[in-house]
Amino acid sequence: MNAAGPAVRVRGLRKAYGEKVVLDGIDLDIADGTVFALLGPNGAGKTTTVQILSTLIDADAGEVHIGGFDLGSEPRAVRRAIGVTGQFSAVDYLLTGRENLLLMADLHHLDRSSGRPRVTELLERFDLVDAAGQMVMKYSGGMRRRLDLAMTLIGDPRIIFLDEPTTGLDPRSRHTMWQITRDLVAGGVTVLLTTQNLDEADQLAARIAVLDRGHIVAEGTPDDLKRGIAGGRARLHFGDLGALTDAERVLAKGASDVRALVLDVPTDATPQSLRAILDALDAHAVPVDSVTVHTADLDDVFFALTGTSPHTKEVPA
Amino acid sequence: MSLSAMALRDAATMLRRDLRHSVRYPMMTVGGLMVPVFLLLLFVGVFGNTLRAGLGGAPPAGGHYIDYLAPGILVMTAGASAAATAINVCTDMNEGIIARFRTMAITRTSVLTGQVLGSLTRTVVSGVLVVVVAIGLGFRPTATPVEWAAAAGVFALLTLSLTWLTIAFGLQAKTPAGANSLSLIPQFLPFISSAFVPTASMPAGVRWFAENQPFTPIINTLRGLLTNGQIGNSAVISVSWCVGLTVVGYLWARARYNHYPAR
Repeated sequence: MNAAGPAVRVRGLRKAYGEKVVLDGIDLDIADGTVFALLGPNGAGKTTTVQILSTLIDADAGEVHIGGFDLGSEPRAVRRAIGVTGQFSAVDYLLTGRENLLLMADLHHLDRSSGRPRVTELLERFDLVDAAGQMVMKYSGGMRRRLDLAMTLIGDPRIIFLDEPTTGLDPRSRHTMWQITRDLVAGGVTVLLTTQNLDEADQLAARIAVLDRGHIVAEGTPDDLKRGIAGGRARLHFGDLGALTDAERVLAKGASDVRALVLDVPTDATPQSLRAILDALDAHAVPVDSVTVHTADLDDVFFALTGTSPHTKEVPA
Repeated sequence: MSLSAMALRDAATMLRRDLRHSVRYPMMTVGGLMVPVFLLLLFVGVFGNTLRAGLGGAPPAGGHYIDYLAPGILVMTAGASAAATAINVCTDMNEGIIARFRTMAITRTSVLTGQVLGSLTRTVVSGVLVVVVAIGLGFRPTATPVEWAAAAGVFALLTLSLTWLTIAFGLQAKTPAGANSLSLIPQFLPFISSAFVPTASMPAGVRWFAENQPFTPIINTLRGLLTNGQIGNSAVISVSWCVGLTVVGYLWARARYNHYPAR
């Protein structure tokens, strides 16, 4: 593998099913040993991207290099470098947990002396020792997902695709998956994570790309994205309607709520810009009772970029 | 490891998986066995005397109806078992683990090869049990060891061709119910063949169909080998059918498997 290159490099990836364009030319660079989150709502093209990168389906156009290998001409080398854990459990329900792992060890052509200890180690690491002899059919959702990931890890992949790894899991199982992901990256593995969960991307990813209807609409670190979006605002609370009206006139921006007597003013939340707001009000002798500052979180980023807004934070004007 | 050694190893791994499945979920295997045994009991116990009277000289001299019937039932065993394979494959393909296999650096068709080998194993076991039950009901084969071996070979070849064909059915069908419908073909075709009565006794149109469909020469070959009947050119026609169907089934199954999503 080319040590200098990114673990995953995608250029101009396109995929359409008939008339429906699913991926409309996406570019990705995932640095070695980092978590990269592909964030987007249902139908954005996340799973299609993972299916293409994991050699399940062919792209219509575009260049993909994974671990330095060209996806089109060296799919076998790519398959050797990757591990995939999808949103639907890729486990064998009629086998026990241990048998599932042994199946993977056999398919990775590990001999008995290295396969069995590896299976035992993974059962311990993923807290599946007690359930190792049970058929997977009887496993809970969280256990299946842990087994699924353990199966992916048998071959010691350097690049792992996690397609919505926590969808449908309870909060405790979700935190377990997060911790496992962090441990993997600490061990030098590269992870491409797809998620619709903003908190998850914020928690785990070094970089995030926001995917919407086949386009990448924003890309950067979680902080970059939060900063780039006008989601931050200062909420000014006033004692009476007169002060609110005066403040609106002075600042000439923001959204007011006359019943709550507040004015929300867009700001990047730096001390300078907050001081500028307060100085302007001071200069016109408008009394402010209190100020609260709201910085953008990924929710704001997400909704601002994808235009889907299940809950409104804006104060009615 | 060389490519062919790896292909063998992967196929053996997949076969182990498939056999484990039949142990964990034995209903399909048992079901595939129940049908031929039930038919054997029905045709010997209920219709046996009447059919024997109507057959005239078709069974070997001094033979019982079961001597005529058993080779036909043996072929139906392969058909019933193939139906179970179609359902198994269709169910399996709906599981996420197949997608996992596709993303791994393993021999691509090893999943299918494992299922073929597993099905072959199950069918041979069923075939042996059916022969044992038939003998218990009075079947008296006259085959020499060489004829037994040849009969086993024809049975295995038939099973191989039906299995590849029903694996293709299983990949083609969207649901296990659809796979089951397609697999009715190999299950019911033997009824319009020389399995129960000689084709000579049938009306002209039906007779033409019965004589030219693959099961009749195969049944006649098995009957000839096991009970000293006439084989003639049936053996060559049987082997040609089996090889032809195996190739068609294999190519069809492989094409469906490589086409993702398979449905």
